[in-house]
Amino acid sequence: MASTASPLVAHDDHAHADHHDHSLSFIQRWLFSTNHKDIGTLYLIFAIFAGIVGGALSGFMRWELANPGMQVLPWFTDGNIDAAYHLWNVFITGHGVIMVFFMVMPALIGGFGNWFVPIMIGAPDMAFPRMNNISFWLTVTAFCLLGASMFVPGPAGFNGAGTGWTVYPPLSTSGHPGPAVDLAIFSLHLAGAASILGAINFITTIFNMRAPGMTLHKMPLFVWSVLVTAFLLLLSLPVLAGAITMLLTDRNFGTTFFDAAGGGDPVLYQHLFWFFGHPEVYIMILPAFGIVSQVISTFARKPVFGYLGMAYAMVAIGFVGFIVWAHHMFTVGLSVNTKMYFTAATMIIAVPTGIKIFSWIATMWGGKMTFETPMLWALGFIFMFTVGGVTGIVLSNGGVDTYMHDTYYVVAHFHYVLSLGAVFGLFAGFYYWFGKMSGKLYNEFLGKLHFWVFFIGVNVLFFPMHFLGANGMPRRIPDYPEAFAYWNQIASWGYAIMLAGMAVFFVNVFLSLFGGRKAAANPWGEGATTLEWTLSSPPPFHQFETLPDLTKVQQAH
Amino acid sequence: MTFGWLPRWHRTLKTVAFAAALATAGFAAAQEVPAPVTGTTAAAVAAVQEAAAAHSAAQTEAIASYNRMAPTPGIGQPVEKGWQLQEQMTPIGQEAAFLTNVILNPLIVVISLFVLALMAWVAFRYRAAANPVASKTTHNFTIEVVWTLIPAIILLFVAVPSFRLLANQYDPPKADVTIKVTGFQWYWGYEYPDYGGISFDALPLSQADAAKEGVPYLLDTDNRVVVPAGKTVKLLITAADVLHSWALPSFWVKMDAVPGKINETWFKVDRPGVYYGQCSELCGTKHGFMPITVEVLSEEDFKAWVRMKQKADGIDPTGPGVAVAPALSPTVVAAAVRAAVTPVDAPQIVAPEATSVTPAPAAASAA
Repeated sequence: MASTASPLVAHDDHAHADHHDHSLSFIQRWLFSTNHKDIGTLYLIFAIFAGIVGGALSGFMRWELANPGMQVLPWFTDGNIDAAYHLWNVFITGHGVIMVFFMVMPALIGGFGNWFVPIMIGAPDMAFPRMNNISFWLTVTAFCLLGASMFVPGPAGFNGAGTGWTVYPPLSTSGHPGPAVDLAIFSLHLAGAASILGAINFITTIFNMRAPGMTLHKMPLFVWSVLVTAFLLLLSLPVLAGAITMLLTDRNFGTTFFDAAGGGDPVLYQHLFWFFGHPEVYIMILPAFGIVSQVISTFARKPVFGYLGMAYAMVAIGFVGFIVWAHHMFTVGLSVNTKMYFTAATMIIAVPTGIKIFSWIATMWGGKMTFETPMLWALGFIFMFTVGGVTGIVLSNGGVDTYMHDTYYVVAHFHYVLSLGAVFGLFAGFYYWFGKMSGKLYNEFLGKLHFWVFFIGVNVLFFPMHFLGANGMPRRIPDYPEAFAYWNQIASWGYAIMLAGMAVFFVNVFLSLFGGRKAAANPWGEGATTLEWTLSSPPPFHQFETLPDLTKVQQAH
Repeated sequence: MTFGWLPRWHRTLKTVAFAAALATAGFAAAQEVPAPVTGTTAAAVAAVQEAAAAHSAAQTEAIASYNRMAPTPGIGQPVEKGWQLQEQMTPIGQEAAFLTNVILNPLIVVISLFVLALMAWVAFRYRAAANPVASKTTHNFTIEVVWTLIPAIILLFVAVPSFRLLANQYDPPKADVTIKVTGFQWYWGYEYPDYGGISFDALPLSQADAAKEGVPYLLDTDNRVVVPAGKTVKLLITAADVLHSWALPSFWVKMDAVPGKINETWFKVDRPGVYYGQCSELCGTKHGFMPITVEVLSEEDFKAWVRMKQKADGIDPTGPGVAVAPALSPTVVAAAVRAAVTPVDAPQIVAPEATSVTPAPAAASAA
């Protein structure tokens, strides 16, 4: 393995590493993994697999919506139209839950967080390696439970949970008497428990295992982003766990937390869910913020502009993210004062978000920019996240949301910040660190081709949804009035383009893994200043057995 | 507000109604008080209904005919290839559309283009070939303050009309017509308490029926919500099973239907016409198949429709502008008696049939 050339690090632990690496059996290494890099790899493989499943579900959804009428889903139901309608609801539920809990979160936090947080702070591993292992396997188990829920009875006569990822009662209680929703609830319980354990692990690691001299204010922004994300997970997921537990007892043990007939309140569930759910959307985007900061700085060959502002903007976004939840509930019958408060609080998020956007641009200002694949994804992220962000300003208005709520405008908005935001951040990180993780260089041409095809595809896919929403099309319907046909068809073509982009991605991954050139320790040059670039590619099985000393370093990010 | 108060309220209503029935149904009935209650009320009902039938026979001669109005293309429904808000028919809708189209949309387009332009300029000007030596600048206090304050100030300017819109949405004029809306899996039920409790369900037209009538499939219903033009219509919205949401885009109305709660919203439309909406909260298998159709008629036509409906439901002409009977007419008595004998077993929502006696439910249901 290549030795490091950095003055930051003085260690010669490679011999040990190789020894460790080869003494583990396959089962010991990949099932009983305690190594943060192996667990990170497992998370990434899992996220890619879940992404294929969740993406396939959305493919059938777009195919069905390409034309008015029911053409595609009845194939799965022997032509039974009602069953096809329900299958639609199962698909939207599965797509939402899988993409949120089993694709974006495992990839960004479990994958890149596990891989690079310890390395970036100069730690040998995560604080609790065995807990790290159980976090991963709980996530896998949760995914299996969700998959199983699709094949057991939900509402009378049909299989699967068709509740949407929000699992609102009474549709999720009296509306789904069968065990499908119980399985979905258990799935969320396990995924939540996995994330809470992961969050504890990250917080402990970051607070206690930083190398000498790696003060909080020297930490790379990706580490900051994971730290803030971990706090959001830790504080919000227990609320979800409580809410879905009450749902479970409402369903099975005769409680009436959410049943008005027994003195409960269905809207209470929505408050609890969104108290979790809104921080959840920042949980998905903050690590992407962190990745984009690293990538922009690397390829502009400049330190991040306004580092402290960037770090504390994320803290501010995380904090404000906890006090805006009811903007997801503007039409449930809130009082006017409540709506005014949540409108104002939601708008405020635009300020720290603006700080981030402008700071990224200022980081590039005066830089020596090159446009390798990760940089393209990061630039795409900034612009697409801006577009998704500004439609958020429209939606933050309680009065305007009366019209937009539960229309395709909302679908467009959250896919711009997630499918074009978080996912672009994900791909930026994947290409940025592919060489570091695998030791092989990806193919630059295919990477750029992937970016451009995917970029065009998702915009053709999601931009018309703004029009559909403005024109009044509700979400979550499998068939629609003729007037919505035009933009739906274009959106479905967008999916096909996006799919072609993903094909390029998979070809690139396979070609690079099996035939790629060997990656140097630092393929990105002067701009890549964080600690992972001081290690070989891939890094030794155990890094930093002698801790790097950063006490003399002014800037570590 | 939960519905915990409802059973007690309903019992009170029953008592009041029963007393009214006894007081007006005749001395003979009152003398039989010790007799079983059912016998008493049955006798009262029979007596009152007989009187009422004779009364209404004279009333219902001159009913104008009601025909389903044809929708206007491009109004009150989505537009083919449309990319803008539906044309707004209510004062609130026009105010909100102004806020969206004139303030918010230009603002967000300008912000997006500004960011795009900055990125394009930076990518061009500071590409490695054009700028071989990167600067080391990492802070600029002034610019950081500027890009924090300017967005905050822009937001303040946006907040003013936003709050005004919200305040106006929650400040309806006095209601002229009240309609109770109930979401069911998978159709809407409507009731007009002001007009003797006319009630009907609205189910989607089949594709063939919609085509035959020349109305949009998945938007039109067999029974339409008919309201008078230029009048303030108050909707009291609830649900019987799961969540639904009553949405009508061209009125800028969307309000969730929640079992056990009664949500209130309102609209006022001047232009007679047909307007469409769809259920907007996931409610199960046929969520996409419970459309909402509102037909706005001139006041005269609306009254004609009311009378037609009342006749069909066997209700005597009653309600503002429709009733001709004095206040304590046999109609009222009959309604009171009906309320008295109706078993209070509806667990989720109260459906007071005797609203003409007690206007209390509307006041009590303010969210």
